Amino acid sequence: MKIHEYQAKEIFAQYGIPVNSGYLCHNVEDSIKAYEKMDRPTVVVKAQVLSGGRGKAGGVKLAKDEIELRRHTANILGMNIKGYTVDRVLIAQAEDIAAEYYVSYVVDRNTKSTLLMLSKAGGVDIEEVARDTPEKIHKIPIDPFIGVPDYLAREAAFLLFDDIAQVKQTASILQKLYKLFVDTDASLAEINPLILTPEGNIVAIDAKMTFDDNALYRHPKIASLFEPTEEEKKELFAKNKGFSYVNLGGEIGCMVNGAGLAMATMDMIKLYGGNPANFLDIGGSSNPNKVVEAMKLLLSDKNVKVVLINIFGGITRCDDVATGLLEAFRQIDAKIPVVIRLTGTNEKEGRALLAGTGLHVAETMSEATKKAVNLVLAQ
Amino acid sequence: MSILINKDTRLIIQGITGRDGSFHASKMQAYGTTVVGGVSPGKAGQKIFDIPVFNTVRDAVNETGADASVIFVPAAFAKDAMMEAADAGLKLIVCITEGVPTLDVVNACRFIRDKGAQLIGPNCPGLISPEESLIGIMPAQIFKKGGTGVISRSGTLTYEVVYNLTANGMGQSTAVGVGGDPVVGLYYQELLQLFQDDPETDSIALIGEIGGDAEERAAMFIKEHITKPVAAFIAGQQAPSGKQMGHAGAIISSGSGTAAEKIAAFESVGVPVAKEPAEIPKLLKKRR
Repeated sequence: MKIHEYQAKEIFAQYGIPVNSGYLCHNVEDSIKAYEKMDRPTVVVKAQVLSGGRGKAGGVKLAKDEIELRRHTANILGMNIKGYTVDRVLIAQAEDIAAEYYVSYVVDRNTKSTLLMLSKAGGVDIEEVARDTPEKIHKIPIDPFIGVPDYLAREAAFLLFDDIAQVKQTASILQKLYKLFVDTDASLAEINPLILTPEGNIVAIDAKMTFDDNALYRHPKIASLFEPTEEEKKELFAKNKGFSYVNLGGEIGCMVNGAGLAMATMDMIKLYGGNPANFLDIGGSSNPNKVVEAMKLLLSDKNVKVVLINIFGGITRCDDVATGLLEAFRQIDAKIPVVIRLTGTNEKEGRALLAGTGLHVAETMSEATKKAVNLVLAQ
Repeated sequence: MSILINKDTRLIIQGITGRDGSFHASKMQAYGTTVVGGVSPGKAGQKIFDIPVFNTVRDAVNETGADASVIFVPAAFAKDAMMEAADAGLKLIVCITEGVPTLDVVNACRFIRDKGAQLIGPNCPGLISPEESLIGIMPAQIFKKGGTGVISRSGTLTYEVVYNLTANGMGQSTAVGVGGDPVVGLYYQELLQLFQDDPETDSIALIGEIGGDAEERAAMFIKEHITKPVAAFIAGQQAPSGKQMGHAGAIISSGSGTAAEKIAAFESVGVPVAKEPAEIPKLLKKRR
């Protein structure tokens, strides 16, 4: 789960990390009021959306006076950045910058630990730095039983600074950021850029945090910050029903048990010349009601022209899926052709239940996919 | 031979009194796995299908001489269960539980490594050495004893591949589902090496998916250390960037972790990549 910059900055500030927090504004009038509280004329207007690349999209602008502030705020509010509409901006003091750095903690799959990443190449797209000049990024795996002791924080800070006063400030930030990362079950805590001011102070002027969805149950305050998009609401609805759903925009609706098989089914539809409408994993249980709910979800997507059901019965029993499907069609009056592949536990019983129902029954994944693609082409 | 488990493996089940734990206890026992005990705090003295239940893993190990554990406890208790198993001296710990917080797994992995044990999962279907032992939730009837080692990040997709292998007369030495989470225990490299060293394994099927760079690393490892034929399948070519595809670990971040990169990595080291799961047997036969 992602949160906004201003929310991440609030958490940073609670942990004593120096940030330039600024004021959150929902309209131009708010931004003028905020401006009147600022010490210096130049401020920065930053779009608050749950997406990266705000600067490149024109969602971050410097304003030297009230006229510019009005113009930028008006332009940025309502702007669309990667599918998100901007409905609030952060107005913050524009800091004088002597140098910019990159600092983050992230969970690393390979070392099975939290990784501290630092770079002198801050203030730019870190993925570009990682791709073009990976040697500019330092990576330090953190032992979860030890954390970040003083010496390690110092050692890391010395990679960025020579001046001991700056090293001390940075080391303290690194320790606080790690504590915050662990306390909140984050999967990413990033400062880009962390800046050095001409006066020699170290300040976080941006903040980015992502949290582990599996751990949100023990962080109700963070969970309450969740702002789902329309698409995410649909995904969340699916999740509450016990399955996972992602819309893909094609015409063949898929219902599959198991995430890997569901992905492979999408891929195969494409391989055979069709377009998958969605990813839908109905999970491992064989509760007929789940099949009913999944079918309703699939058919709520008006682009769907054919439904392809691919079930490999392990724990899921094929006869239960068949029963669920028959129930679903009793409840939903669907004219859409349905192709179903049932293999595994109780497959014969399952297929027998579906015989004579007008459903297209297939034995292999390839056969089922071909049938589904052909049915779309025939329409 | 097989890897990790065989007919001598003595298994305990943590969370045996729960719905999933008891259901799969009966399935594993029916398959012939030597299930020697179960653990459920406060329920010592009970029996589930004649399997004695203990309060602690340590009691179970002392009484039964168990050497492996499978975990079915809810996600919030999984870290503790993994650590308890390692502390009691079990050398193989298989965690089936889905939805375990990542930092819990990070801590458990560190503890398990200290204790010299091995972890499979979490969020995995377990493993099977056909006709010897089944630990986990895989549907036993599709497996057949043979020479192909199977390593997979997915559950049902593994079954799909195994189903095709068996249908083509290619049995399996051991099939392992490593789990779909970002951080899990044993992974491609460790398992590839175990299969390479196992005299009964003559070929390896590797089933990967989008997210992370483990497949790219596996490809480099195969190039340097594996002489047995390997064929791969990668799920998620159609997955959009930034969306989690069911598994917590299956997410393309800022254009990295894509299926295309993984397929290219395997092909560059001479590992053929199947276009669909049904192609795997053909690709392995050609090279065996």
